[in-house]
Amino acid sequence: MTALVEVKGLDKAFGGVHAVEGVSFAVEAGQVYSVIGPNGAGKTTLFNLITGLYIPTKGEIRLNGESTARLEPNQLAERGMCRTFQQMQICMNMTAIENVMLGRHLQLKSNLFTTLFRLPSLRRDEESAHRRAAELMEYVGCGQYVGAEASAMSYGALKRLEIARALAAEPKVILLDEPAAGLNATETAALEDLIRKIADQGITVMLVEHDMKLVMGISDRLLVLDHGRVLAEGTPEEIRQNPDVIAAYLGG
Amino acid sequence: MMNRFMQSRLRGLIVLALILIILPAFLANSFHYELVTQMAILAATVVGLNLLVGYAGQISLGHAGFFGLGAYFSGIATGTYGWPSVPALLVGAILVAIIAWVVGRPILRLKGHYLSMATLAVGFIIAIILNNERDFTGGPDGMPVPALEVFGWELSAFGQYSLFGLTIEGFQAWYIFASVVLLVAVWFALNLIESPIGRALRSVHGSEVAASVVGVNTAKYKSLVFVISAIYASLMGGLYAHFQGFITPAVASFEFSILFITMVVLGGMGSTFGVILGAVVLKLLPQVLADFQELETVMFGLILMLTMIFMPKGLLPTLTAIVSRRMRKKAGGEA
Repeated sequence: MTALVEVKGLDKAFGGVHAVEGVSFAVEAGQVYSVIGPNGAGKTTLFNLITGLYIPTKGEIRLNGESTARLEPNQLAERGMCRTFQQMQICMNMTAIENVMLGRHLQLKSNLFTTLFRLPSLRRDEESAHRRAAELMEYVGCGQYVGAEASAMSYGALKRLEIARALAAEPKVILLDEPAAGLNATETAALEDLIRKIADQGITVMLVEHDMKLVMGISDRLLVLDHGRVLAEGTPEEIRQNPDVIAAYLGG
Repeated sequence: MMNRFMQSRLRGLIVLALILIILPAFLANSFHYELVTQMAILAATVVGLNLLVGYAGQISLGHAGFFGLGAYFSGIATGTYGWPSVPALLVGAILVAIIAWVVGRPILRLKGHYLSMATLAVGFIIAIILNNERDFTGGPDGMPVPALEVFGWELSAFGQYSLFGLTIEGFQAWYIFASVVLLVAVWFALNLIESPIGRALRSVHGSEVAASVVGVNTAKYKSLVFVISAIYASLMGGLYAHFQGFITPAVASFEFSILFITMVVLGGMGSTFGVILGAVVLKLLPQVLADFQELETVMFGLILMLTMIFMPKGLLPTLTAIVSRRMRKKAGGEA
């Protein structure tokens, strides 16, 4: 079985600082794969490299066997990769549901002609996109905001909205960058259920997260980064018993 | 849900149409008609510019350049080469679209001040060319433009027409024509905004990175809206030239670009009906302040500054917010 996401010898230097150095790992389809590590370990940089926001200094990333070098984020989205952000990226100039409908962008075939004259085919597409977006908002648990402006939503709801938007793109793999940051215990528990639901649909989930309980509970495999390098890789059980990880986390 | 949305979308257009129908009752003479016809043409231009500035969040300080190119292309094609007006307008718009696309591709990579400077430069270059190519454009002295001719039917501000048995003056015919043009321009703009394309455009403003990770080719959409707004400017420039009957390079000048931007900012960025109000106010203002003519540019600058500080959302969105707050309070009081 070939890996869905494969990273080989990945390097990213900002000036003289190596944010990510010699990182290799593979994520198989259907897994929940988490990246953990202390602040500044290079987790978000790694996500930005995988999703095409940064260009690697060295190394290779493959999505479904295809090298993603020189592919823009939107081209990666076309190939089934979507993500959320640690610093939430919500279009505050739009309504909540429009943000999710934006996620349907690639599924909506429209041209300037049907748009300018608002032909029935476009209206039908829009109505079905609207319906699907409402379903997804319900699915992630912010259904009560279907009629709201994005700017009127709470922090926790916006985090869910971002996930709904990513799901709207019907991704094969979804990358969640610290989805539990800033959430309380109840919200985190609900998030755990949501991630499980997403994984059960067959969508591969990559996760950057600080909440150890959450990560250990739902991950199939983990990658531990420290100072941009791989400290350990394995199942939650292996990671828990890894002496290097224990040393790094307990400051040994 | 969707249905209610649709209705509210077209409600504005219907109100605008009613205003345009009722307005002649308040127009006393040909000068008034001339003024509102100019308003309608400029309003349609800024409705297009607003797609770029208000919705996609990109700036253009050189839009008068495209307006001027459209005006001169129509003027030269019909005046010097005897083309009919409609092909002249359309070919002019296509040429401007190509120029906007070629120029837009590289400069829309820039953001903020850098994009402002680049578009400013584009406007300046066009204005300089129109000033210098005397053989074609008549240089700074300008050039006459023949009357608009629509399928063999000449529309002149000085003509006389009969419509449904009524005799109407040329300037009234122009008013009707410009009103229809404005309504169509607004209808297209509204359709564009409430569509997947419009959503992609607004997301470029809201969060470019969010747009790109869900598959929006942001560079493509920025170029697209730049081209669309340039086409609006070119077509309206061409109509303006025909209506005025005489154009000078002032139509492509920096002052004109600033006037357009001021209309958008004052009326309300991202509000199609707001920018129409902006165009009306800024076209009326020089009439009201006729005694301060030399200070016109200063006035525009001051308006721009005060709007930015006190009504960053613009005139119409601010007014509607106040009205709806009042109404809610009233409803709350009664309940």
